[in-house]
Amino acid sequence: MAVDPLIELRDVNKYYGELHVLQDINLTVGKGEVVVVIGPSGSGKSTLCRTINRLETIQSGEIRLDGQPLPDEGKALARLRAEVGMVFQSFNLFAHKTVLQNVSLAQTKVRGRRKDEADQRSRELLERVGLATQAEKYPAQLSGGQQQRVAIARALAMDPKALLFDEPTSALDPEMINEVLEVMQQLARDGMTMVVVTHEMGFARSAANRVVFMSDGRVVEDRTPEDFFTHPESERARDFLSKILKH
Amino acid sequence: MNVLTDNFSTFGDGFLGTVELTVYASLLALVLGFLMASFRVAPVGSFRAFGTVWVAVLRNTPLTLLFFAVLLGLPRFGLVLPFKVFAVLALGCYTSAFICEALRSGINTVPKGQGEAARSLGMSFGQTLSMVVLPQAFRSVIAPVGSNLIALAKNSAIAGAFSVTELLGTYKTLNELGYNIIWTFVWIALGYLIITLAISAVFNILEKRWGVAR
Repeated sequence: MAVDPLIELRDVNKYYGELHVLQDINLTVGKGEVVVVIGPSGSGKSTLCRTINRLETIQSGEIRLDGQPLPDEGKALARLRAEVGMVFQSFNLFAHKTVLQNVSLAQTKVRGRRKDEADQRSRELLERVGLATQAEKYPAQLSGGQQQRVAIARALAMDPKALLFDEPTSALDPEMINEVLEVMQQLARDGMTMVVVTHEMGFARSAANRVVFMSDGRVVEDRTPEDFFTHPESERARDFLSKILKH
Repeated sequence: MNVLTDNFSTFGDGFLGTVELTVYASLLALVLGFLMASFRVAPVGSFRAFGTVWVAVLRNTPLTLLFFAVLLGLPRFGLVLPFKVFAVLALGCYTSAFICEALRSGINTVPKGQGEAARSLGMSFGQTLSMVVLPQAFRSVIAPVGSNLIALAKNSAIAGAFSVTELLGTYKTLNELGYNIIWTFVWIALGYLIITLAISAVFNILEKRWGVAR
């Protein structure tokens, strides 16, 4: 796809001590593209996702967002993080704040919106993820699926250029996975740029423009879902798919 | 019994002296403890080092020695202040090390993901700490911070040895006047009880109000 690149990783390497968790990663995500990252546990896919907004630092290589290299710590980095939303496996809603406050907090403190403006925007987004009636509750009063949808609304409230999803459905009961995936499907259809680390092969097939398969810290395959699922090139990917698609 | 009624103003002055020391030193300890806890979790190495040294030095120095260092040491460097101010400085700085560590243990009870979520939304280190992490950390440190302030109230007795007017010091005056030493101490102990029970009550209310509303 010859679209404008939004996220670019060039020769990225990361170590945890001796462990080489990301090895010469090259990856480009275009504007409006949905890239699903899959792979076995410990393959580095979550770490990859977290390097893009520098929750994890890298030892060498370069990461660019919308053409700008990722800044070091400080104000510039904070500004950039506001442009890249992140949704976590464990939701990470602020436990001491209501649903509405969760979605509004960074809008007022980072984007500088007035409180009533921010709350109005929050309510619109909560409506969009189907939780308008839960605005005054605390996160602990919601189900996992509801919490994750609030987390998506919270990320969207910053009007990000891209969203990163780090295994967004892995901590959910099976019956709650779909309500979260549906929201994500809708975002994909609306043209949001997304990097999604997941084990949900159905989502990868239906929503992804590309599937990136990682193993042992390397990108092994980077292709369309159709190609990947029907004709995986590498032995490692064939082995992985045979294990998860058996049932 | 007439120890108290005959010398109400002496007891009263001592009591107020202790209350004053406790209040000012507590405020100083809370502010400094908060600052040092922030330093100790800061992303900047030199801040972390400063916080670590602060805690190590103040927590490991006997309080009496610290009083000597402040009251006798600082004037040598040209800093001459009323003894009461010196006493507040010594007490406040000493207790701030304990408050810092209580706060830091509270910060460690807040899941790492809370800070990560805040940072991923573009919040700065200061915003993340003050709006997301510390409000949650406070809830688990109300009790230990209360204990530290109670200890501070009782530690303020050391100031009496440096001719600062406070509750325990009143026994010297009354003993010279020939009053029964046992009864003198009973009333002094009661004075301390009033102060420490008041602190407990405040922290009990705080805990009922804020302590873990999950």
